Amino acid sequence: MKVGVVTFPGTLDDRDAARAATNVGTEAVSLWHGDADLKGVDAVILPGGFSYGDYLRCGAISRFAPVMEKIIDAANGGMPLLGICNGFQVLCEAHLLPGALTRNHQLHFLCRDQKLEITNNSTAWTTSFAVGQEIVIPLKNGEGSFQCDDATLAKLEGEGRIIARYVGENPNGSRNKIAGITNERGNVVGLMPHPEHAIDTLTGPTADGLGFFTSVLTAMVK
Amino acid sequence: MAKIVVDVMLKPEILDPQGVAVSAALPRLGFNFAKSVRQGKRFEIEVDGEPTPAQLAEVEKAAEKLLANPVIETFTVRVEK
Amino acid sequence: MALDTVATAQATPDQRQPFAELGLKPDEYARIKEILKRRPTSSELAMYSVMWSEHCSYKSSKVHLKQFGDKAVKTDALLVGIGENAGVVDVGQGYAVTFKIESHNHPSFIEPYQGAATGVGGIVRDILTMGARPIAVMDPLRFGPADAPDTHRVLPGVIAGIGGYGNCLGLPNIGGEVVFDETYLGNPLVNALCVGVMKHSDIKLAKAAGAGNLVVLYGAKTGGDGIGGVSVLASETFESTGPAKRPAVQVGDPFVEKVLIECSLEIFSEDLVVGIQDLGGAGLSCATSELASGGSGGMKVELDRVPLRDTSLSPEEILMSESQERMCAIVEPKHIARFLEICKKWDVTVTVIGEVTDGDRLEITWHGDLIVDVPPRTVAHEGPVYNRPLAKPEYIDRVNTEVVNVKLPESTEEIKAAVLKLAGTPNLADKSWVTSQYDRYVQGNTIQSQPDDSGMVRIDEKTHLGVAVATDANANWSYLNPYEGAKLALAEAARNIATAGAKPLAVTNCLNFGSPEDPGVMWQFAESVRGLADGCLEMGLPVTGGNVSFYNQTGSVAILPTPVIGVLGVIDDVRTRTPMSFDRAGLDLYLLGETQNDIAGSEWAYIHGQRGGSAPIPDLKREMRLIEVLVAGRTEKIFTAAHDLSQGGLSATLTEMVLRHGVGAKVTLENVGVALISETPGRVVVAIDSSKANRLSELAKSKDIKLYKIGTTGGDALVINDTVISLDELRKAHTETFTKLFG
Repeated sequence: MKVGVVTFPGTLDDRDAARAATNVGTEAVSLWHGDADLKGVDAVILPGGFSYGDYLRCGAISRFAPVMEKIIDAANGGMPLLGICNGFQVLCEAHLLPGALTRNHQLHFLCRDQKLEITNNSTAWTTSFAVGQEIVIPLKNGEGSFQCDDATLAKLEGEGRIIARYVGENPNGSRNKIAGITNERGNVVGLMPHPEHAIDTLTGPTADGLGFFTSVLTAMVK
Repeated sequence: MAKIVVDVMLKPEILDPQGVAVSAALPRLGFNFAKSVRQGKRFEIEVDGEPTPAQLAEVEKAAEKLLANPVIETFTVRVEK
Repeated sequence: MALDTVATAQATPDQRQPFAELGLKPDEYARIKEILKRRPTSSELAMYSVMWSEHCSYKSSKVHLKQFGDKAVKTDALLVGIGENAGVVDVGQGYAVTFKIESHNHPSFIEPYQGAATGVGGIVRDILTMGARPIAVMDPLRFGPADAPDTHRVLPGVIAGIGGYGNCLGLPNIGGEVVFDETYLGNPLVNALCVGVMKHSDIKLAKAAGAGNLVVLYGAKTGGDGIGGVSVLASETFESTGPAKRPAVQVGDPFVEKVLIECSLEIFSEDLVVGIQDLGGAGLSCATSELASGGSGGMKVELDRVPLRDTSLSPEEILMSESQERMCAIVEPKHIARFLEICKKWDVTVTVIGEVTDGDRLEITWHGDLIVDVPPRTVAHEGPVYNRPLAKPEYIDRVNTEVVNVKLPESTEEIKAAVLKLAGTPNLADKSWVTSQYDRYVQGNTIQSQPDDSGMVRIDEKTHLGVAVATDANANWSYLNPYEGAKLALAEAARNIATAGAKPLAVTNCLNFGSPEDPGVMWQFAESVRGLADGCLEMGLPVTGGNVSFYNQTGSVAILPTPVIGVLGVIDDVRTRTPMSFDRAGLDLYLLGETQNDIAGSEWAYIHGQRGGSAPIPDLKREMRLIEVLVAGRTEKIFTAAHDLSQGGLSATLTEMVLRHGVGAKVTLENVGVALISETPGRVVVAIDSSKANRLSELAKSKDIKLYKIGTTGGDALVINDTVISLDELRKAHTETFTKLFG
């Protein structure tokens, strides 16, 4: 089972995502932004970071990378695709997911151990969780406020496409405390917090993040 | 040579925390004229000669595709002498 | 303006030159003419003026810093010592770790965000230049009073700048300090530390060896950033009544630096460079003269080949530019194609600008005209050396005899009030407002970060080998006794490494002082360096390098002497580290180390307006024995937790321990006022399972360290004798300070 991890110029958490994937027994394959080649992977992760320095808008330039064409095609064909933080931003810019991520309302970069509630466990990346399960994984970003128009919000809520919500105080002003969403098919997931930084208690607040990576293992086996 | 200016602003319904911060800072500095402040982006694009309608249409397309994110932003295109 | 070539200089020996405006003294100008046997060209004058400035040449500090080399303990662990961009230490398993602190004080006062950001950028490049992958950053910061308007201008910008740059580089911020004191109003201290790791075989040095090898400039294009910043900013004080200085401050782009790091590491991994230097203060002037000096001695550079952001720059300006994110490599011709290929992959601008020659001159041409022809060592290493006059300032004897007149808490109410007051005072309050703006998780190897005693990073994911870093300074003590003050800071940083069970290995330093032209300041500096050098020799810790920042003063008022000491340690298995605090009830609490009446220079004295008295006298032999107890205690799994005592004494330590995991404690203290408030060095609070009591007692006795049982863990309050402080109340006092101050 191969999971592709994309590196754009400025990507930071690619090695951490690869570590998490390897940790659960999948093979992490490095994918270069400039090569339109998915190397036969079964799933793809767009990791966190500051691709292109967040120039113009976060993820605005990355979405046009050669590798993204192949990724968009594969995702439209059902391939599991996870966008973490900057990756989520790329997915929204690429219109694989609705809405957009904007500047944190309190205007500061915020790094904290964030409690989330999993609200959808039927996506490719969340089957290892129970609906209503609370997990703690690190949140670390400056542009994490999920925004969309009322119609989109109603659709997301109505179709149960919100996969995780912030528990407690809203850390960044996201509408309806949305921390992560999925597409209609349930194979593309965008998540603002970082599961790859919660894979053991030696280096993270919990090991709750592993669930995202074990889920896709199951999804790929199917 | 002419300059085409694209102004990009967040849609009115999107909270603009930077604009809010600026409007809070102004009175602290003794400036009390502002009812509200919103912050946007301005692109200045230099082209050879006078821009044709076709060129301006291209700029509009570029603004729609790259310079602005239509999900949360609006834009205007104009020529500056 | 006509180009001032070597030929022109030879032909017009009496042409008046603005050497004074560039910061050179008449005798220094005369010396340049002597070296060159003619007047310098304007480009050469620019080079000498920046390279001979205080910040670059260390002219006022060299004679004193020599002690670090002279008094250095002989150790095989030091792979690269003072003189290179950063020191390198062997940490075992074939790994070498490099670390260094640098200052960016003046720029941060002028433009807080960019000053701090480019400070981080600069130190990271220094580490990269050694051939290492940067793995973490820390930032010791000092500001004016927390409620001063100018602190509100400077602090948020500095924090945002450090976060903005460091986070974008993908470097976890694993610790630092935030200290407030009137002394820093107008002269904030922004010191930045970076740690990097590599295999022994990867170590790179700044030498241009091998005639015919190519000089390659890569990274950002050159613009007008910080022109004259080095010689103007770091070598003059800010006049309190003069007009505000607004010279060109450097503007950084962390994305360009991130790409530069990845590109460079790929180049290093294929062994494509013979020597490398980053362009920091003094830009190209520094890189070319240092590389040439470090190698065979000869280099030819075509300055017009330097890629420019601003094509209006003159050759002098190009040589002085401090545009960020640039590196200079020496590459053998057989490797240049691959070098260029890797730069292209990462979209990094790269240009061959010259070659190494077998002469002993640095020659720079501009469109074919020779504009610089100098012996490089005279620029980079043989700058002026001053033996500045020293004079013990009159305040020392006067303040040392002052009696600290401050009431210590006695009654139940006074104890509660004191503990809450210390918990909430800005210097001791919870710093999450600051640290939550930094990414501590990126790279996935952070084991400890703020508010732990040291930052700790795992460097091998299989063996779990790790390094720990701590920085400390105590300006109050350095003010009272600069010699002992430096030793005390060294001991504290080393102790902070040891509480987690890591073994201190090497030292770096950032020495922040006022004007070296003030004999009193120079005396403070000389004493601090002497104290640090003596202390390092006694503790067996080599100084691997560091930084001096002079001229931190407004008018004639210098800052309190603030030598910041950084200590690096190693731990064989990060999984066995001793955590800072306990997460369960029923453990026994002990205090290691004896408490004396050391109120002078304490936080309690400071908040009561008392700055006088005598600093404690450190006992470094005893500190070393304490370190042995802490390291052995980890290996033998005696300690469940260990946290050192420093500013705020036992009160602060207990506060931090109970709030860390929300588990209270009940302690009984004799002479409670002194016990809680005193800042006697060489003390640590440990929590142990009662089954380990005998072993702890034996260990402490064997190392002649006093041991006192003070209480037990548990409950939802901090109980000191009869005083009960609920954790909720304590947490509120501790955590609301920064939010109230900075929003």
